[in-house]
Amino acid sequence: MAKSATGTLYRGHDGMWSWVAHRITGVLVFFFLLVHVTDTALVRISPEAYNDALELYKTPLVNLMEVGLVGAVLYHALNGVRIILSDFWAKGPKYQKSMLRSIIVVWLVVMIPGAYFMLLRTFQTLFGASS
Amino acid sequence: MSAPTLDAPRSRRQLTKNNFELNAWLFMRISGVVLIILVLGHLLIMNILDGGVHRINFAFVAGRWASPFWQIWDLLMLWLAMIHGCNGLRTIINDYASKEGTRLTLKGLLYCATVLVIALGTLVIFTFDPSIS
Repeated sequence: MAKSATGTLYRGHDGMWSWVAHRITGVLVFFFLLVHVTDTALVRISPEAYNDALELYKTPLVNLMEVGLVGAVLYHALNGVRIILSDFWAKGPKYQKSMLRSIIVVWLVVMIPGAYFMLLRTFQTLFGASS
Repeated sequence: MSAPTLDAPRSRRQLTKNNFELNAWLFMRISGVVLIILVLGHLLIMNILDGGVHRINFAFVAGRWASPFWQIWDLLMLWLAMIHGCNGLRTIINDYASKEGTRLTLKGLLYCATVLVIALGTLVIFTFDPSIS
């Protein structure tokens, strides 16, 4: 077992972990979607019902979870492109590892300023002077 | 529970009745590309630009859905994302739920939730009334 679990097998390497992360982020986003369509449906009840629900999204904890959601969606999108290129581009499988490294870099480049803008208001309310 | 049956090596492959799994596989890639634009655009507008989630309220939604462009955007995003996610979860259930009964129950729940949420979302987009009170 010890030998066969390592070596050239797919198991345990970047290919497996990117696949695991793709599944986890996909499931998370799907369950959020069920909640999100339902909360948006409150616009059919009354403006107050919808605005009350939206207040929850503006609280610090849920705001932080939104950063996680955006991060999950962005990973799923970027890795999805990598999967498509692996499937349809002749050199895709050869470059799948470098593509994984590239998408991690792109993810960081987008998420660092993205998280900053998403959390700015929350930080101002929590730690800043009242404005 | 019976053990899964495997065909003998080199046995003649049974011809499948249809191309459902191939079409599902292809759908994931096509819808995925469209969803990259729709969903990342949606997240950028709703969560990052110009104050993000803090500016969203009923009036904001009413302003957006006054335009057919955003209505179609949201409708397409709803249908594609729900079917894409439903098929993803179907694959995961098939992979991990080994008991026939568990698999059927989970997939039954999944399909009910998917149909319900697509129907609810579609209804809301088409019947939205900005002057409701």
